[in-house]
Amino acid sequence: MKIYVDNAATTKMSQRAIQAMMPYLDGVYGNPSSLHTYGQEAAEALENAREAVAKAIGAEANEIYFTSGGTEADNQAILTGAILGERKGKKHIISSKFEHHAVLNTLKQLEKQGFTVTLLEVYENGLVRLEDVKQAIREDTGFVTIMMANNEIGTIQPIREIGALCRERGILFHTDAVQAVGHIPVDVKKLKVDLLSLSGHKFHGPKGVGALYVRKSVPLQKFITGGAQERGKRAGTENIPGIVAMAEALQESIENLSESQNHILSMRDRLIEKLREIPHSKVNGDLQYHLPGTVNMCFEGIEGESMLLLLDAKGIAASSGSACTSGSLDPSHVLLALGLPHEVAHGSLRLSLDAANTQEEVTYICEVLPEVVAYLRSISPVWEELEKGERKHVI
Amino acid sequence: MLYSQLVMDHFQNPRNVGKMEDADGIGEVGNAKCGDIMKMYIKVEDGKISDVKFNTFGCGSAIATSSIATEMIKGKTIPEALRLSNQAVVEALGGLPAHKIHCSVLAEEAVKAAVKDYYDRHGISYDEKLFRFCDHEHDENEEDN
Ligand SMILES: Cc1ncc(COP(=O)(O)O)c(C=O)c1O
Repeated sequence: MKIYVDNAATTKMSQRAIQAMMPYLDGVYGNPSSLHTYGQEAAEALENAREAVAKAIGAEANEIYFTSGGTEADNQAILTGAILGERKGKKHIISSKFEHHAVLNTLKQLEKQGFTVTLLEVYENGLVRLEDVKQAIREDTGFVTIMMANNEIGTIQPIREIGALCRERGILFHTDAVQAVGHIPVDVKKLKVDLLSLSGHKFHGPKGVGALYVRKSVPLQKFITGGAQERGKRAGTENIPGIVAMAEALQESIENLSESQNHILSMRDRLIEKLREIPHSKVNGDLQYHLPGTVNMCFEGIEGESMLLLLDAKGIAASSGSACTSGSLDPSHVLLALGLPHEVAHGSLRLSLDAANTQEEVTYICEVLPEVVAYLRSISPVWEELEKGERKHVI
Repeated sequence: MLYSQLVMDHFQNPRNVGKMEDADGIGEVGNAKCGDIMKMYIKVEDGKISDVKFNTFGCGSAIATSSIATEMIKGKTIPEALRLSNQAVVEALGGLPAHKIHCSVLAEEAVKAAVKDYYDRHGISYDEKLFRFCDHEHDENEEDN
């Protein structure tokens, strides 16, 4: 059996998206900036895609800017927030401890340039508290960026409430909705966000293409300079095949949203119910305010990378926040932000489901995973110490 | 692939894995905070390592390096075992990714720690310098740029 449960990392392109893309790889190859029919055909496809993406998130077409993905959208949004704030002498930015690196490392860069950044706590349940945002706002706060859904644990933040607060206080607000768009309903007007990032490959579109929503009254700042594409705000010949396919994938995801949500939720609930039975395990993050497909768990006494390799050998493709998978000595900043001790965070596993997964696959995972955990524990000196009482169980 | 076939083989079919009730020396190195702990057990007969077992908490390469290190010292004299270097472990595995080299260092240290414990238990004197690694710590804060 081959089971892909790493959909938060990336998704398989849908057939509809591939079919929508094909004519623009093989046939319609004009540059949308060209005046001739070739170009105009491409330009029309671009504007149709823009309409579709806008509609999917409750925006207007001229509020959508295409980018090379979620990372670029985040960078441009944050740069815009910083520059607009600075113009008013406001160089304080509020964000959270468990943002994606696309946000966190961009903020680090701004700190080097004299901005002050407050990273809010996310607590054990992985939720930013509105009260904390209120508390953190200062005279010189010019920008707030809080992710809509966390990529590792799947918790959904109170974006609508934060949006309303920021609007009331006249503070620019961005949300990285890369994990949310296509998975849960997202409406920029209801959420009262000024800027929102999304990425095609998280909802069965292609990689390397995304979009930034920018509310009409917000003067988006240039990040990539050059030609006048994207109304002068994002230079470079547009990735027409990618953009067309992303728009198609997004429409499809939204058409299927409620149906797939039910299926995914029922699989997730079964997974959690079964895997919870593994002793000294923990499900991470609040389960009520949660993406349907993401399950993140820790298993005490074992390390995540070896768990992933053994699962992979049994046909299950998942991911982990252990240090070994992050390429550094520290486990994921997300799990540490939840207050998990390092040694527990090393033993984390993320299973991210999709509508294409089946109940049989869930059954198989529920058979295989407890065996893998038990085996790794049987050769783990940490587990031995836990069992002997020489080390205290944390979970 | 992240790991070579040989590394994967040692990871999936670790040699000499397990505990030893009547070990003559036990070495434990690494720490759970950093994500790797190796525990090595040795049995010594006539100056030779007659049996060796290991338990490891860690990533694929931590398990693979422990496994191959036990093979490399089994049947060897103690001075020979002490000469096992982390480079030799890496070479025997046909290479490791750069950020996994520290696992081979742990394997070397686990062997040394087990020998040190054997010496200590048997009142055998030794040069402290041989075991200087025993109390080092990983860097806590690695800045990324
Ligand atoms: C929350 C979040 N933000 C940003 C990104 C970056 O998106 P992209 O891979 O399109 O650059 C990702 C995905 O990796 C993500 O999960």
